[in-house]
Amino acid sequence: MKYLSDKALERLRDAAELPDLSSTRYRVLERVARGGMGAVYAAEDEKLRRRVALKVLDVPGNDADLTNRLIREARVLARLEHPGIVPVHDVGTLADGRVFYTMKFVEGQRLDKFIESVTSISDSLRLFLRICDAVAFAHAQGVLHRDLKPANIMVGSFGEVLVMDWGLAKLLPGTARRPSQVADPDATVFEKPTQASDSDVGTEATVVTGHGTVMGTPGYMSPEQARGDVEHLDARSDIFSLGALLRFLLTEVQAKGRGVAGSRLDRSLEAICAKAAASAPADRYSSVTELLQDVSRYLDGLPVAARRETFLERLVRYYRRYRFFVLLIAAYLLMRVLILFFLHR
Amino acid sequence: MGEDNFQPGGDRFPPTRRSVIEAIGGIDAEERERALESLCAAYWKPIYKYIRLRWNRPADEAQDLTQGFFLEVLERELLAKFDATKSRLRTYLRVCVDSFVSNEDKAGRRQKRGGNIAHVALDFAAAEEELGGVVMDPAAIPSPESLEDFFEKEWLRSLFSLAVEELHQFCITGKRERAFRLFEAYDLDGNDKISYEQLAKENSIPVSDVTNALAWARREFRRIALERLRELCGSEEGFQREARSAFGRNAK
Repeated sequence: MKYLSDKALERLRDAAELPDLSSTRYRVLERVARGGMGAVYAAEDEKLRRRVALKVLDVPGNDADLTNRLIREARVLARLEHPGIVPVHDVGTLADGRVFYTMKFVEGQRLDKFIESVTSISDSLRLFLRICDAVAFAHAQGVLHRDLKPANIMVGSFGEVLVMDWGLAKLLPGTARRPSQVADPDATVFEKPTQASDSDVGTEATVVTGHGTVMGTPGYMSPEQARGDVEHLDARSDIFSLGALLRFLLTEVQAKGRGVAGSRLDRSLEAICAKAAASAPADRYSSVTELLQDVSRYLDGLPVAARRETFLERLVRYYRRYRFFVLLIAAYLLMRVLILFFLHR
Repeated sequence: MGEDNFQPGGDRFPPTRRSVIEAIGGIDAEERERALESLCAAYWKPIYKYIRLRWNRPADEAQDLTQGFFLEVLERELLAKFDATKSRLRTYLRVCVDSFVSNEDKAGRRQKRGGNIAHVALDFAAAEEELGGVVMDPAAIPSPESLEDFFEKEWLRSLFSLAVEELHQFCITGKRERAFRLFEAYDLDGNDKISYEQLAKENSIPVSDVTNALAWARREFRRIALERLRELCGSEEGFQREARSAFGRNAK
């Protein structure tokens, strides 16, 4: 039997890992990312001669959970037609039995890298507003993302912001579905245990209390999601993640010393972050639109809903907002005083 | 497209081999023997090398212990106690090896074994030669984690070697020896500088033929390796986990 050197072993791993696209119109170019259940490759659509991103499961097999998750992700993406959400092109099965889908290939940087080039708090807030816009749209379509974090946001080379990786997405109860849409709203957060009985599989709550595995990202996952309180997950769970995301963006810019002066965040921004990422869902913004409007108000120099400001703060804010007019009036008054002073000498 | 169109696996890749864990616990003696041979073929080398390194045993003693371990698996029905939901088979076997060697030491037993697994050629000389590259300095005894990594790597090497061997036989039977030769030259010989163009020139064929032959060989290699892996796993979930670990370098 031939001895395989370490180099040959690595080469075989690389070779074996590549998806077999012989039955498709795609050709693999390179692997660009790897996740828990599969990998994403840059591929060429040979018919349309364009670059696409192809997401495929690692292994062919009888794991219906993983397969259904990937299909569900593709279908969720297909229903979310928004400039801030990566569009899906195609879904199918490879010759080796693995399920795949293709989507727009986004050339750009992940948010956690891109933020290094952001130089002001207001720029980072405008970036955040575009993320909120995409998430608000998804919520309006009855879809929760459930894994919002910097690594799942891409900023394209033309500044476009795209919310990626909808693998943990969940359809909210009561969402109107088209007849062809058979996505199961329950199965994406908790992996069904192999030993669960049939009755365990029916609802998330049962799975959770029985043997469920919480899926999400610590630090960005809401407390109720971390607890496995699936029945009560709603838009506010994503709002918690957005709050954590906002804090990340602001502290990253702040840390570089190119944002607002001082080592602390502006109190209004701090209040917005705190309200969005409050432990109790009832204390958070009730919708992403509310959060978005509060951040917009801050950018426009208006009072934010997250915090009641003091009289002095209101004066400072007015000064910042109407600095030109305030200075103009001050100059005018100063001139009047000086004229009066010289006239009475 | 309906959900049914995506049923994983479909009828393309039915599990063609029964799990060795089930077969060894079965009542059919012939099937049990075949299963033990499969298990032995995939694991004897990693186990032998592991005993040499972890237990620092001389070659003859390690050979004896390796053969003794597989008899122990059969006699004490160790695989019947394996729970695929709790651990991976190779982790379980490694722990069993540790326990076996430790017990053998306590009992002071030393006997020549090996009759029952005569069908598997245990080429200890080749295993020794392969070990030549491994650091055996007792002062540099690896940590438990690195020993585990070592065992994992040797297990993967063994699995891939068996798959390559089977692919070779498959190519001979299917008269696709040239595809195997190209696969061997490009993927197995560890030559980083070789190119598709060079292979095409050497074999007097178009580059597209090299591309197609390599794509085919890799696909078949993957299929065979996965079949072998499935055979060595106790459950579908275990298989999925193992396959991700074997083929996905960064997967956890």
